[in-house]
Amino acid sequence: MSTYPTQSSGQPGGQSGGAAADARPLWARYKFGHHFRNSHDEFEASKFGFWLFLSTEVLLFAGIFCAYALFRAMYPEAWAEGSKALDWKVGTINTVVLLVSSFTMAYAIYCFQTDKQERARRMLVITFFAGLTFLLVKFGFEYMPKWSGYFFSFDPALSKYTANIVPEQAKLGGLIQFVEGYGGKRPGKMFDYPFASSPQMPIWWAVYYSGTVIHASHVVIGMALIARAWWRARKGHYGPGHYTFVEITGLYWHLVDLVWIFLFPLLYLIH
Amino acid sequence: MAHDHHHGSYLTPKGGTLATVLDWATTVDHKKIGVMYLFAVLFMFFLGGVAAVALRTELWDPVRINEAGQVTGQLFGPADATSVATGNDIYNRLFTLHGAIMVFMVIVPSVPASLGNFLIPLMLGAKDVAFPRLNLLSWYIYVIGSIFAVSSIVLGGVDTGWTFYTPYSTSTDADMMRVVYMVLGAFILGFSSILTGLNFVVTVHKLRAPGMGWFDMPLFVWGLYATSIIQVLATPVIGITLLLLTFERLFGIGIFDPAKGGDPVLYQHFFWFYSHPVVYVMILPAMAIINEVIPVHSRKAIFGYKSMAFASLAIAAVAFLVWGHHMFTSMSEMASAIFSGLTFLVAIPTAVKMFNWIATLYKGSISLTTPMIYAVNFLVLFAIGGLTGLPLATLSTDLHLHDSYFVVAHFHYVMMGGTIIALLAGLHHWWPKMFGKMYNAFWANIGAIVVFIGFNVTFFTQFFMGVQGMPRRYASYVEDFQIYHQISTIGSYILAVGFFIHLFVFIHSLAAGKKAAQNPWGGLTMEWAADSPPIEHNFAHEPVCTHGPYDFDRVVPPGWKEADWPVPEGVKPQLSGAELTSHKGGGH
Repeated sequence: MSTYPTQSSGQPGGQSGGAAADARPLWARYKFGHHFRNSHDEFEASKFGFWLFLSTEVLLFAGIFCAYALFRAMYPEAWAEGSKALDWKVGTINTVVLLVSSFTMAYAIYCFQTDKQERARRMLVITFFAGLTFLLVKFGFEYMPKWSGYFFSFDPALSKYTANIVPEQAKLGGLIQFVEGYGGKRPGKMFDYPFASSPQMPIWWAVYYSGTVIHASHVVIGMALIARAWWRARKGHYGPGHYTFVEITGLYWHLVDLVWIFLFPLLYLIH
Repeated sequence: MAHDHHHGSYLTPKGGTLATVLDWATTVDHKKIGVMYLFAVLFMFFLGGVAAVALRTELWDPVRINEAGQVTGQLFGPADATSVATGNDIYNRLFTLHGAIMVFMVIVPSVPASLGNFLIPLMLGAKDVAFPRLNLLSWYIYVIGSIFAVSSIVLGGVDTGWTFYTPYSTSTDADMMRVVYMVLGAFILGFSSILTGLNFVVTVHKLRAPGMGWFDMPLFVWGLYATSIIQVLATPVIGITLLLLTFERLFGIGIFDPAKGGDPVLYQHFFWFYSHPVVYVMILPAMAIINEVIPVHSRKAIFGYKSMAFASLAIAAVAFLVWGHHMFTSMSEMASAIFSGLTFLVAIPTAVKMFNWIATLYKGSISLTTPMIYAVNFLVLFAIGGLTGLPLATLSTDLHLHDSYFVVAHFHYVMMGGTIIALLAGLHHWWPKMFGKMYNAFWANIGAIVVFIGFNVTFFTQFFMGVQGMPRRYASYVEDFQIYHQISTIGSYILAVGFFIHLFVFIHSLAAGKKAAQNPWGGLTMEWAADSPPIEHNFAHEPVCTHGPYDFDRVVPPGWKEADWPVPEGVKPQLSGAELTSHKGGGH
């Protein structure tokens, strides 16, 4: 995608002149790959290739949605019960977080296109921390209580279970509280929740965890891409003439958002 | 302006041994990556082949208990009741090893990643594929995936069969991680396949030479374009399948486990939604090679160019609609009938291709070179393989034939008689271009004939076994089948001899072969306008597409003199090869 030959080879590169003496920012000195005819072709090819990659991502998640549809048709009671075990309010918060981050991501690209470097980097930072927020909410307020019965003491959901808190099992000086009989909502053979009424609850949790963990791993990868874009943006790699990597990072981040837009109603909202 | 080294052969070493190794290990040159893929694939082919010969040896006289209650069969040490179990166990591991290696590590990447990588940019007149670094990454991913898979063998092997059907794959060898290693290996290999396919699709869209429209592309490129689309769209589904299988195996999540309410047939649907399209990932590149070899060695334009191109796309499209024929016995009659009908559809574009190849040969000026001998082998074997697919697509006959040796013989005729034979045709066709050396044609021809004989002795026998009810994947059998198994085993030895002849021919060619001409066969596609072997940037100047890939009646091939080229009477060549190669491209 991006190569910076120290000497002009004559063929690639829209601009000429020695890099050492060149005072222009790095993005203006960018030389496209020697096998392309111009930088526009390279940009279009990168985008096209990335769209193809996104289609593979959609098909990857299609497997999860397919399993969801099949087992929902087979075990409607388990699906209703499972959906009610999830807190739609937490899901909504995460949805809003991701939607806002999609906006900041798109705005970051716009800022690179218009050479507003500082604001672009700030937008990347906001997007990164939105992703981090999503993960913290997911792990701290959803996975941890459901898997083990441990809640953060400041988790609003804890107020419903005050009668079942076991103070002896609290950890980290009371920061993490244990609620008796809440945990154990795990997939498959690890399922250990005593109050399930549908015998197929382990399958629901298998689909829930497979889908959301694979999605969360995509959030992590997206954050890594954003971090790289931010790091390179600090050195001036991206600007109006060249911002391919930020563009495809944006495409990836929107896909992460989009997959969640489908997972959220299917898991949280419909019973 | 270009640097000097851009004009040397891509094979010219860069300094000492260490520097050269480093240069190859970090290269982004599609030609070097293609060659590295070729050798990696051939090495895996050797491993898979050893497993095949070993399992055929086991089947010569399996350790078993005969009708009188005696233990017979002596191949694996003294025969007693425990050696029966040991023999069966070894057999199960061998055929899994053979299947998994040959499918995931040999046939899927074989043609696209080796010849495709080498040739697509050359045929399009490009300097490289669209994403050269991704291309190198895909090779490393291939190597890492193969190491994962092979490590499962080192740890004692996997006995699930290459399809990893649940619940067996989630319950066998509970103490070991071998299945997980093998499955993760296949998962990782999928990424390499996706990256290669993605790279080719973008390359074909964006990097064609000036003047080259879609229908000016060589049919090899069309075939690999269709292949790449399947690779991109089908491989992620096996990705999620194998990931869920890994979760199932490691954490017992229950999605495929009927005891927990899961559905093992869901696994089969997921698996074949990838693995049936991938059958066409294996055969389309083979057809693509034959599309080039037959016109060049008959010096005649391919019959029905557009129908060939569209047949490739049609096969790719139908590929996604036929997965259900692997599960006829676990579906409703209606669903089975629909999948059966869709399966028959595949035969139509395939038959169009067969027809076109034979029509191309008709009245052609055929030279029986090694690639051409292999192309004719392909036509014969693939016809048998294709036609024996039809009784398997027919519900009533499939009930009798499914899971028998008939199926084994059918897909070996397609996969090996088709893909491996075509790979050999392609290797012999482009070997002079790739390495700049000719090979000993006499011994190569002998090798081709030995392979052809060995192949038919091995697999034609299996049709008879299958029709009589010999089930596939059995370590042992009743004595009535012994004669067939022994003929088949002898065939596999002949086949092995044939491959070793080729190995020695290739080694001899690299060590002492005569220097190859720029265009030994008189091909018209752009790779023949490049040097043999090509320079690092493929062409000294950007080539321009001025004629169709098969205009043998009006264009003298690059590197040939008009006097040497037998032009049909009444047709005057409009362009000479000299004009083509010296054409300076615009664009910059």
